[in-house]
Amino acid sequence: MNTLTLWFHKIGSPPTFYRLAGRFTPWLFALAALTGLVGLYGGLVLAPADYQQSDAYRIIFIHVPSAWMSLFIYFVMAVNAFIALVWRIKLSETLAMCCAPIGAAFTAITLATGSIWGKPMWGTWWTWDARLTSELVLLFLYVGVIGLYHAIEDRRQAARAASFLALVGIVNVPIVHFSVKWWNTLHQGSTVRLLGPSAIDASMLWPLLLMALATKLWFLGSLFARARASLLELEAGKDWAREEALRTGAAP
Amino acid sequence: MTTASASRACAALLRRDLLLTWRRRGDALSPVLFAIMIVMLFPLALGPEPNQLARIAAGIVFVAMLLAGLLALDTLFRADYDDGALEQLVLSPHPLAMLLGCKILVHWLTTALPLLVAAPLLAEMLHLPRQVLPVLLGALALATPLLSLLGAVCVALTVGMRRSGMLLALLVLPLYVPVLIFAAGACDAAQAGLPFTAPLLWLGAALAMALVLAPMACAAALRISIS
Amino acid sequence: MSEFLAMGGYGAYVWSSYAIFAVVLAIDYIAPRLHRRRVLAELRGRIKRQQKRTETPT
Repeated sequence: MNTLTLWFHKIGSPPTFYRLAGRFTPWLFALAALTGLVGLYGGLVLAPADYQQSDAYRIIFIHVPSAWMSLFIYFVMAVNAFIALVWRIKLSETLAMCCAPIGAAFTAITLATGSIWGKPMWGTWWTWDARLTSELVLLFLYVGVIGLYHAIEDRRQAARAASFLALVGIVNVPIVHFSVKWWNTLHQGSTVRLLGPSAIDASMLWPLLLMALATKLWFLGSLFARARASLLELEAGKDWAREEALRTGAAP
Repeated sequence: MTTASASRACAALLRRDLLLTWRRRGDALSPVLFAIMIVMLFPLALGPEPNQLARIAAGIVFVAMLLAGLLALDTLFRADYDDGALEQLVLSPHPLAMLLGCKILVHWLTTALPLLVAAPLLAEMLHLPRQVLPVLLGALALATPLLSLLGAVCVALTVGMRRSGMLLALLVLPLYVPVLIFAAGACDAAQAGLPFTAPLLWLGAALAMALVLAPMACAAALRISIS
Repeated sequence: MSEFLAMGGYGAYVWSSYAIFAVVLAIDYIAPRLHRRRVLAELRGRIKRQQKRTETPT
């Protein structure tokens, strides 16, 4: 227990995290690019066309991993927000706030690609289905967190307020999903299914899982890169930040 | 602190807030005026066809209520923040959640209750079928306190800001979505001749939860933004 | 190759989705780098100003 907390404090201190993240970030991006490219090759070239949707289904290889990420990142953000509010750890505040733009990016990708996929398959760009509507609300929540964070002068206070909002939001997401589902069934039966009734074939499954892995790695890389920049900004007065500035200033 | 002194503090706060609103009683009517203006825009935009208006009347009334409530939210803590009374409230030895609950109650009484009284008028303007009116009023009676409570949490987060209008709307609207769905859903069901008690019960359950949790969340948010 | 690009007639939909994916992730890759560079430049400027102040005390 004691060594664990010690280790935690050491990793959690901004200079240590900055150094460690700097070492990991390029590898994470490289791994993400590699798995992503293999996954895309499998999805775009090797996987056969779907018997119902022909080649249009290939959007799944970016749409579904992005949708998973949009929820996963919100969860990561909320966990960090909780830690930030309860234990007031500076690193958690930074990580929670750096999650928000990445999550918003993946949510935007999910909405855009879903809408592009919906046009040939359902004949419409948009439908007020439970999943689509809750994804849209999720985007608003992300934008709200980002907006609140940037609207408050004091960085740490801003991070805490936005963290609080993120926690309120995580209660809201399932409620919205449930309520829209209820509302939609009141009006009409749900007619749209993402995938046909058939279970997904193995030749389509492995690229999908690889893409999910690639987006997770990408998220970690992007999170670390963002957290480094934010920590540097937050700790601009500290010695380690000055040393970093002078070190990078001498190198180029 | 004994319970007696806490309840005395709450009573004092209620009296003060009500008195302050009474001194500026003209302001209490502005949400109603705003809601009437919104409702007036719909027939002008969609055409005065009574059947068409009747079909969407309940939805329009709820959206108008929601927007009017959103407009009024800003006044919840604004004056108290400007004159420093809010900080005194945060520093006071009494449970902050309870005091904030009182403030939210007064805010609901002075902004949402006039809207509730005006609702039959709005419904009539939009040709809402008479038999739906009780359901509309019931849904409004359950939904408006919920909107005030949820809104208060978000206002507490933005309390120190100069221009918080657009941001506040962005924070509040995702939280309002389920309330709007259930409230308008109850009226829709009633209009279609379907059972409408389930959504009303859901609203009631949500209100019971929010009555306990929202003042506490509001207090936590306020402590973050005033520090 | 052109058959691959056509995607069974859905080429426009498929490739526009992938283009959006690529563009958003490219922005996501560049933004933190620009941010970090800006912060470091600001920091260097601040250090330089401080040095000047200590060299010529008023």
